[in-house]
Amino acid sequence: MSMDNIDMAAYRKRPFLVRARPYFIILPALLLTIGILYPFLTAIYYSLTSLNLQRPGAMRFVWFQNWIRMLREEAFWHAVRVTLQYALTATFIELALGLGLGLAICRRDNWFARLLKVSLVFPLMIAPVVAVIIWQLMTSNTIGILEKLLNLFGVYKFRWASSADTAMFTAIMIDVWVYTPFILILVIAGINSLPKSPFEAARVDGASEWFTFKNLTLPMLKPFLYIALIFRLMAAMQEYGIIWALTRGGPGDTLLNLSVTTYIRGFTQYRFGQMIPYVLTLWVIVYIVSQILVRKWLKVQKTAGGR
Amino acid sequence: MRESWIGGLFRNSVLALWTLFALFPLLWMVLLSFKSDAEMFNTTFVFTPTLDNYRFVLLHTDYFRCFLDNLIVSGGAVVLSVLVGVPAAYALARFKFKGKEDLAFTILSFKFAPEMLVVLPLLIIYNRIGLYDTYIGLIWVYQLITMPLLIWVLRGYFEDIPEEVEQAAQLDGYQWHHIFMKILLPLIRPGLVAAALLSFIFAWNSFTFSLLLAGIRIIPVTVEALRYIGTDTVRYGQMAVAATVTALPEVILALLIQKHLVRGLSFGAVKG
Repeated sequence: MSMDNIDMAAYRKRPFLVRARPYFIILPALLLTIGILYPFLTAIYYSLTSLNLQRPGAMRFVWFQNWIRMLREEAFWHAVRVTLQYALTATFIELALGLGLGLAICRRDNWFARLLKVSLVFPLMIAPVVAVIIWQLMTSNTIGILEKLLNLFGVYKFRWASSADTAMFTAIMIDVWVYTPFILILVIAGINSLPKSPFEAARVDGASEWFTFKNLTLPMLKPFLYIALIFRLMAAMQEYGIIWALTRGGPGDTLLNLSVTTYIRGFTQYRFGQMIPYVLTLWVIVYIVSQILVRKWLKVQKTAGGR
Repeated sequence: MRESWIGGLFRNSVLALWTLFALFPLLWMVLLSFKSDAEMFNTTFVFTPTLDNYRFVLLHTDYFRCFLDNLIVSGGAVVLSVLVGVPAAYALARFKFKGKEDLAFTILSFKFAPEMLVVLPLLIIYNRIGLYDTYIGLIWVYQLITMPLLIWVLRGYFEDIPEEVEQAAQLDGYQWHHIFMKILLPLIRPGLVAAALLSFIFAWNSFTFSLLLAGIRIIPVTVEALRYIGTDTVRYGQMAVAATVTALPEVILALLIQKHLVRGLSFGAVKG
């Protein structure tokens, strides 16, 4: 919060109604969203009870039983591992691909490049559930085009999401398909915003492409990459739509991340008191990671801006 | 900058490969939606197109009604967000007051709150006050998707307008709400439309909220689409139609707002 640029004496002298005006204007927006977010606080309370929706009358206050139980459960640590593995792998691949494609596309300005920039964003707009349907049509062993393609290479009945060995790969592939365009358009916007003169200077000095990339392009793109990283990582850690639609967390427990585990405990088994610690843990992880990344972003932005 | 032909070839093939990976699945989806069940298994690209799948899904199932449900809920959420969020964005951009940044970040943090955490207790409350499985209940909870986006993106657009514009109008004797309605709103209109459409897309895509807080009378199309996945009676043609019908509005909207997409998707952090 910065009050430095406000003349405090003049600020206090203004009549109350003028001073309060901004708060009044924002109030409806806050009421609408906080009205929804109030449950957040009650959730913390519920995590200390034995709430079960099938027997709401039998709710008792059980202190930290749910939390201790969770920490002792192998399923919890498995869910944490799956969450991190999914989020980190998908985000890393998307960042690398988005950066590479952005660099490859931005040098071109013909009709094809323009068409690409417009159409490559389509997967990003599509609902995760629909993306999963589309990839089921692609990977089906009976009608899928990928089966026919793999047959050419002598691979038959590749099992994609239905095998524990390849389910994670399939889910991440769909995630990459949907979300790489997000990184890509941020990278393109970043490259377009770069100043021209340092690059011309580098060219005059005969710098190699790799040298220019490492010492000029990448550092100046960093703020954009951080934004992309923040948005992607936070969403990927909470990914639910793709996994639920694809395998409902299966086969077995292969894809049971924290979000899906929460859903299953809460909404198919109705054990609310037990499931809330799971999702609260998820929220704490997401919150901490986001704080660290946002701070880094602010710092990087300053450096890249030359201030 | 000149590039070696090997580098150029490499770049072009990478782009071509990605384009194939990104766009072919969409083409495949549309293709299958026109394929009859009889030809599904023994043809690839050459077949007799038919509208039977569309006829069945749109006329003989609830899919179209679900489509309307989604339209009502997402559209309603966006309208409410615009009415309430535009003034808030303006206040956050222009007025100087205590706790401004804290307020702005509080609103932003709603976007990152795990949906599951919000939904759970809400389910209990909605059941108690009769908002479960209602349009109003869904529109309200969708504010968590649409509001932060609108406020943050529009705040940036308001900040882009030089303060002198307002000061000049003030000197001419206009009240602040006149300035807001007659001068500022027309100036940000392109950004407003784009942000509203993008938040509509996000609301349209969301399915956690509607899966858990509705689903008996009101079934948004994304929830309904789940039924087409992995059932035993696999009707690939109908699956393809369900996907195509749900994806179509979004592709059209994406085309309309492409200029503002970067700014919207990054919540105003990147001015594309």
